[in-house]
Amino acid sequence: MIELDCRGEKCPLPVIHLAKKIKDLEIGETVRVLADDPAAANDIPAWCRMKDQEYLGSPGPNAFDVRRVS
Amino acid sequence: MDAATAAPLHPVAREALLAALDDGWADPARLYAAGRRAQQLSEAATAAFAESLGVRPDEVSLWPSGTVAAQAAVLGALGGRARQGDTLVHSAIEHSAVLHAARRGQAVEVGVDREGRLDLDAWDAAVSTPGVALAALISASHEVGTEQPVAAAAGYCDEAGVPLFVDAAQSVGRAPVPPGWSLLSASAHKWGGPPGVGVLIVRKGVRWISPFPQDDLYRPGVSGALDLPAVVAAAASLRAVLSEAQTEAVRLSALVDRIRERVAATVPDVEVVGDPVNRLPHLVTFSCLYVDGEALLHALDRAGFAVSSGSSCTASTLRPSHVLEAMGVLSHGNVRISLHRGTSEDEVERFLAVLPKIVEEIRKEAGM
Repeated sequence: MIELDCRGEKCPLPVIHLAKKIKDLEIGETVRVLADDPAAANDIPAWCRMKDQEYLGSPGPNAFDVRRVS
Repeated sequence: MDAATAAPLHPVAREALLAALDDGWADPARLYAAGRRAQQLSEAATAAFAESLGVRPDEVSLWPSGTVAAQAAVLGALGGRARQGDTLVHSAIEHSAVLHAARRGQAVEVGVDREGRLDLDAWDAAVSTPGVALAALISASHEVGTEQPVAAAAGYCDEAGVPLFVDAAQSVGRAPVPPGWSLLSASAHKWGGPPGVGVLIVRKGVRWISPFPQDDLYRPGVSGALDLPAVVAAAASLRAVLSEAQTEAVRLSALVDRIRERVAATVPDVEVVGDPVNRLPHLVTFSCLYVDGEALLHALDRAGFAVSSGSSCTASTLRPSHVLEAMGVLSHGNVRISLHRGTSEDEVERFLAVLPKIVEEIRKEAGM
């Protein structure tokens, strides 16, 4: 799985980096975002909803899985 | 455009404040002439609040701020019901004043939907659980404007025999608050009164025990001197604000509709949040993807617009707004606009004209 390490970055940087990274993914591929800003847990799922991508959940602390679906 | 924090002083408040400075300096508890004059002012102000809020004068108490009034409501009502239980049921979108008070004891939080409206089924279940001493529900969200189903929530509380506290700081002076509550608090500087005046209503028959050390523990009221001239100004301005509230609500609500539509149409990747219809007349909130909330606030400030934000970078706690989190909506790039009687259509148009460019520039700097 592709990993995107945004630890230490303040929001909105993790979401900005996710938006750039998603373009490198094939449709159906998944990226794991590592982010420890307290807003990431809220803003990554919100981004997925706004940009029609699939939020797969948080497999562990400060980790968020996103699948490119569009 | 941040009236939900504090609105500019209403002209009636200013007039009343200046007039009351001469007569309101003395301690109303003293028996000499100046004290009696202060007592008369205090009684007249209390009677005016009672009339404005549709309650009895002996149900009104005054506090040094809306925050203190809300905390006195929560802690005093919990104290009064200690024999029945120790649990506070509250919505996830209460003002931090209520959440801080909630941390003093047992608390159960009830969630909201994507538009920020209380989950009534969960509320019913929570207040019906044995051991609940008090329930707290904000009248309308102070961050996104969504009106809460106060009447229905009060109905469930009534069935369960649990008193309901309504924090009405954003509604009083702007929109009617449905009946059915046992305690209600408000804050004068939200309606154009002076800062430093909070109002608490405790309905007759609701048991309240002061959380503060004072003489009469069962009678709500602050120990120590109140700012009486400010209280007089608050009472006078509430009456004036209520007399124009309906007209102002129509005017401001139309401006909010315009902001909601135009922001969604002119700013890409934006989410306008909260209920578009059942909402406060003067408040609107939106979030812009890829935008740093602090940068946005400063850019708007340089353009002459004072707004508020629920983004984590603008908060003293460096956490995103608990309201936006509870709704599951974007928290970064967040702007809350709240209008008042001095906000003109021109000002709103100027804001709408500069916003898209400001957002675009911040995004460009971030490489988006």
